[in-house]
Amino acid sequence: MRVFSSLALAGALAVAALTPVSVAVAGETMVGNMMIMDTWSKKSPMGANVSAGFMTIMNHGKDADRLVKATAEISPNVQIHTMVMDGDVMKMAELKDGLEIPGGQTVVLKPGSFHIMFMDMPGPQPDVGGTFKGTLTFEKAGTVDVVYDVKAPQ
Amino acid sequence: MKQKTNLSLVLVAAAAIIAAALVTFGLSGSGTSGKLTAEFGGPFRLASSNGGVVDSATLKGKPYAVYFGFTHCPEVCPTTMAEMTTAYEKLGDAARDFQTFFITVDPERDTVEFLHDYLMTYDKRFVGLIPTMAELPVIARNFRAVYEKVPTSDGSYTMNHTASVYLFDGDGKLVATLGYGEPEKARMAKLRKLLGVPNP
Repeated sequence: MRVFSSLALAGALAVAALTPVSVAVAGETMVGNMMIMDTWSKKSPMGANVSAGFMTIMNHGKDADRLVKATAEISPNVQIHTMVMDGDVMKMAELKDGLEIPGGQTVVLKPGSFHIMFMDMPGPQPDVGGTFKGTLTFEKAGTVDVVYDVKAPQ
Repeated sequence: MKQKTNLSLVLVAAAAIIAAALVTFGLSGSGTSGKLTAEFGGPFRLASSNGGVVDSATLKGKPYAVYFGFTHCPEVCPTTMAEMTTAYEKLGDAARDFQTFFITVDPERDTVEFLHDYLMTYDKRFVGLIPTMAELPVIARNFRAVYEKVPTSDGSYTMNHTASVYLFDGDGKLVATLGYGEPEKARMAKLRKLLGVPNP
């Protein structure tokens, strides 16, 4: 059984590696060695033209890869950001060289930490419970479509 | 590197002000901490997101909260506002006149109308205060708050800023702060104490 599932996984990986853009399904998506899970976005206040996207990225490969670009249908200007608290000061910065996903490791983009920043949104996000599409581009694994679930602020 | 230097300067300046205040009030005798906190934050008079101005002198007898933020803030500000909204619901009638002032550190983009719409998403007790570019450094200094513009690759910018909520009593004295990520239980206890509500 174990061998079969490993083979199946290897097969899936091989197919994924051959396919430049994988299918967008809310939940779990693979591109190359990268598995993307739980893509979601927090509903922004009325009038706000920014929002953030979050997810879990697992690198099933041995080598590090790098999330270098993100797009989203709700924003013409999407950036990869980090956020840290320095005492009681919130510091946010664009990761101009992208976000490294070390080999065999999982990186979680979450509130108060790494996030995909949707800037200059021309209109509001879909309502809570809705979804919107985006893409993620990894340096080695390539580009993949993702679907963000819009969730309530709390 | 330049940004870092700027922030360091702000921090050093803030530390110097606090140190100076400590020395001044420390030498002046009794009630050091009381006198220091009495100076903290006020007085202020700033443009309001509801139109007109808010003058701290008119807040006498009413506890209030102050937060520094900006509307192009993806996480800390919306989270804090959402948490304060939940707190309002839990506090019920005791918080009827308890206002939360959201002082923008980004007056270039946060206009009166914009800030009004943004805050109305949450609760009508949120009031935006919009300092002019000249007033901003003064008000930030009075609250020992730091803010810093950080450029982004698209030619735009984001802001680093102090993320705590300051709680003032009816005498305009700073009595507590709510930290970002502080557990709800601790936050609610401070708010109940401020408003004189028994903690269940």
